[in-house]
Amino acid sequence: MPEDATTRATRRQLILACGALAREVNAVIAANHLHHVTVQCLPAGLHNRPKEIPAAVRAAVAEHRDEYDDILVGYADCGTGGELDRVLDELRLHRLPGAHCYAFFSGVAEFGRRADEDMRAFFLTDFLVRQFETLVIEGLGLDRHPELRDAYFGHYEKVVYLAQTDDPRLKREAEAAAKRLGLGYEHRLVGLGELVPAIVEFAEEPLRPREKRMSER
Amino acid sequence: MADGDDIVLEELNDSELVKQMHDDLYDGLKDEIEEAVHILLRRKWEPYRILTEALVEGMRIVGIDFRDGILFVPEVLMSANAMKAGMAILKPLLAETGAPRVGKMVIGTVKGDIHDIGKNLVTMMMEGAGFEVIDLGINNAVEKYLDAIAEHQPDILGMSALLTTTMPYMKVVIDALKEKGIRDDIVVLVGGAPLNEDFAKAIGADSYCRDAAVAVETAKQYMMRKHNQRAAG
Repeated sequence: MPEDATTRATRRQLILACGALAREVNAVIAANHLHHVTVQCLPAGLHNRPKEIPAAVRAAVAEHRDEYDDILVGYADCGTGGELDRVLDELRLHRLPGAHCYAFFSGVAEFGRRADEDMRAFFLTDFLVRQFETLVIEGLGLDRHPELRDAYFGHYEKVVYLAQTDDPRLKREAEAAAKRLGLGYEHRLVGLGELVPAIVEFAEEPLRPREKRMSER
Repeated sequence: MADGDDIVLEELNDSELVKQMHDDLYDGLKDEIEEAVHILLRRKWEPYRILTEALVEGMRIVGIDFRDGILFVPEVLMSANAMKAGMAILKPLLAETGAPRVGKMVIGTVKGDIHDIGKNLVTMMMEGAGFEVIDLGINNAVEKYLDAIAEHQPDILGMSALLTTTMPYMKVVIDALKEKGIRDDIVVLVGGAPLNEDFAKAIGADSYCRDAAVAVETAKQYMMRKHNQRAAG
């Protein structure tokens, strides 16, 4: 049963999120008046180095665990091949649903349903459109070595911009990004998708003693 | 040597030139690698010797620095492009001169997955190590693997995946090999960014290879074992 705002205010809950989700996670917290929830972000650059995510999450949890009653890990699997889940099982913590942020923004079931159709799609989110130059072009070394375009994108056909907001400027930038990669372009306004219920559920679920939560898993 | 800092490859002796090739591979200098390969061929080097001492050894150094976090994917890809250019010159000559064949491998990215950077590196390094490699490309359904195995009778099957959502398909292929009763006839190596040894074990693969250099070493070990078993039998 959801608690009232007074009870909630005494809680200390933390969302330990991917830096690429900072804006969206904070938007959900503000829109739902979840002021007892704090957000800490890990570097967004881990998006390009998923093997480092489990250890980074583990270290961040160790740093903050004693200060909070509960922690939600604001990552999907994010290319860790289940390794993040193994760490979270050990730490008795939950994460966001799906394989990637693309999945929970789109809706995990919908994303899975379109897997065949989207096999040759390169996904962008609002964050990735904003950071396209840094994370995609510079991150993949295409600024220094444009000739690597085919090695990275030779099998892709289109950029699919999974938009969180209906922002004409971001749409223009996403379309320009697609053109720069020599790919087709598709815009899907998906909003925040399953990020909203995941955060609200975490914030409103009655807190249980940690020992009990641990034994339940 | 030429004026300034420019190095004239033709003026280097063999040992200096091979060292320079290692540096040029490291820096991803395709044109320089092509030029150096031609120079060594003119100096009557065997193509196989150029391949192993200059190109494969150079890429081995690149592989070590990639593993140690000194080099990153873009730089490795530039090195690979340079090596590929050198190998393109040597390949027809290797066929003519009868370079040693270590074994045969069928390799491909699994169904639903279009990523092939790692697979292409493995293919190149395996060829460099003397394996014949049949590359099935991307998005391979189980039937494609089975057909290729039936046609080419490889010693090794390599499967690659980049996505957490596609890597379980490797088990589908391994289960199909079991159903056909041919699982024990072939060594199954798997690789890809989200994989690890536990996953490889869980799906019934023989080994997980974390990078191209490990894939080559692992494949060589299995071939050695096979050779020894034959000798003992």
